[in-house]
Amino acid sequence: MLALVSPALLVILALIVLPVGWLAWQSIYHDGFTLENYRRVFTEDVYWRSFALTFEISLAVTLIALLLGYPVAYLANSVPKGWSILILSLVVLPFWTSVLVRAYAWLALLQRTGVINQFLRYLDVIAEPLALVHNTFGTVVATVHILLPFMVLPLYATMQKIPNDLMQAGASLGASPSLTFMRVFLPLSLPGVLAGCTMVFVLCLGFYITPELLGGGRTVMVSMLVSRNVELYNQFGAASAVAVVLLLSVLAIFFVVSRFISLDRVLGQK
Amino acid sequence: MTMKRNFGLGCALLGAIGLTSAADAAEQITFVSQGGAYQQAQTVAILDPSAKKLGITINQDSIPDAWPAIKTQVGSGKPIWDVVDTPTGNCLRGGEQGLIEKLDFSKIPNGAAMPESYRSPYSVSYEFYSSVLSYSQKTFPKDAPNSWADFWDVKKFPGRRALRNHPFATLEAALMADGVAPDKLYPLDVDRAFKKLEEIKPHITVWWTSGAQSAQLLNDGEVDMEMAWNGRVSAVAKEGAKVAFTYNQGILQSTSLCILKGAPNLDTAIKFINEAVDPVHQANLPLHIDYGPGNPKAFETSVIKPERAAQLPSEPANAVKQALMSYAWWSSPAGEAAEKRWASFMQK
Repeated sequence: MLALVSPALLVILALIVLPVGWLAWQSIYHDGFTLENYRRVFTEDVYWRSFALTFEISLAVTLIALLLGYPVAYLANSVPKGWSILILSLVVLPFWTSVLVRAYAWLALLQRTGVINQFLRYLDVIAEPLALVHNTFGTVVATVHILLPFMVLPLYATMQKIPNDLMQAGASLGASPSLTFMRVFLPLSLPGVLAGCTMVFVLCLGFYITPELLGGGRTVMVSMLVSRNVELYNQFGAASAVAVVLLLSVLAIFFVVSRFISLDRVLGQK
Repeated sequence: MTMKRNFGLGCALLGAIGLTSAADAAEQITFVSQGGAYQQAQTVAILDPSAKKLGITINQDSIPDAWPAIKTQVGSGKPIWDVVDTPTGNCLRGGEQGLIEKLDFSKIPNGAAMPESYRSPYSVSYEFYSSVLSYSQKTFPKDAPNSWADFWDVKKFPGRRALRNHPFATLEAALMADGVAPDKLYPLDVDRAFKKLEEIKPHITVWWTSGAQSAQLLNDGEVDMEMAWNGRVSAVAKEGAKVAFTYNQGILQSTSLCILKGAPNLDTAIKFINEAVDPVHQANLPLHIDYGPGNPKAFETSVIKPERAAQLPSEPANAVKQALMSYAWWSSPAGEAAEKRWASFMQK
């Protein structure tokens, strides 16, 4: 067994464990041991604000993705097979388009001279173009679009496993469709909700290109702090400390979630 | 570039397994620049002719931001690059941190003949670009903004604005807007600059982070005026957008050539640097791209026609209207402190 998995273990060791170890080492060692980088991450305003903003945006994106994704997954689950394949492909198709291209596409839609503003002006609904992008709003819209499949797919997978008999049993006992949904379907779909929310939230924490291009420079998420520390301030140690804190937050989230559902489920194994 | 890099690595390997006599016969260096249209232009204008004249092989690599790579390569003790074309500040900072070789200008006569402000102990200016005030001619068909004071004057020039999300040139522009003369900027009065920036901050729609983004903002009419690099504005104008810019109060910036500490081909690298700033090679560069030569003697050759020269940032008449960025100040402790302050300014 060990002989079979050892090549994979070596790859993981070389590509994940060593670089992450080196990263962590850089954050505490610079001409001697120092916790200075971590002191700055936890005390300086700039860092706090970025972490707070990143968690806020991730939370908003997760909630919106859930509100949009749940009905889509529900619909895909309740229509005949052919239709559900169509719905799911529409969800998954954008997956194969580069994130950069999608960010620019949102710019073309949302900016001052963009499609949406021009259309609203043509209809005379607005006199001045709305500020739809180069702010947090634009960032959230585009991020939701990119992460939606990570919400819909686990939800759909969970809903598929809910036996239809249970709903029929509820109906035969006299419950209305909305009552069977609330009392039977919704609770049984909660593991999918948790799995989808975890995926979207965690992926959103590390988003980079989208806030960079659509945030107008003000929406500084944690990943941007990392890149600025390297590019602008040449502070490799500080960048590593930020990255380590982000990594630990993600691991902590996974740990908490694993107390409620199996991690295999979040990662789409079952 | 990957193919060329692999070729370079291949050469290095061949050398390592004992074909040293062959390597002696054909001198070579690895030259690193920023890629894209710019690197193509310098290949035609400077690198190929230099390689031919010196009888050396120039392997090329490209990276948009060389600094982290310089740091790791030299830090590992075995750099594989020789010469880098990088913003001058990287050469200076690298020199102070022991990552960049000190240059012996007696072996670089072409560089020694250049103005002192165009070189440092570690570097020599290679090409110039400028952070200029650009604007939409649709929004401002006449009476266009012509100074940083105009950029700051939101009443006289209403419209949406963008600045670079970086303190370089932005602090200089703020001080000029506040009435400081272009030749009296350094050492920068950082407090005064940030105070002036607070004034314009609410009116800035976008703080751009990449040159491509600044071009897109101008091209799509997303902003009415912005600070941008001259080459980006002229590229957008060539594609038909109604945009223009002024060199008045532009901030003249340069990339420089410098050599990694412990470079594998140090002697050849020095020979190459001297050749690369030769006035005639330098004069060839603006025939292929909208950047100015680093060596002002290029304007004395007959290669650049007067009408072309007038468009270039480092042309003497254009240069006097502008402020020359002091990379020495920016890599001083005060400059580094100002850079750090930028992050908290942006997030307030």
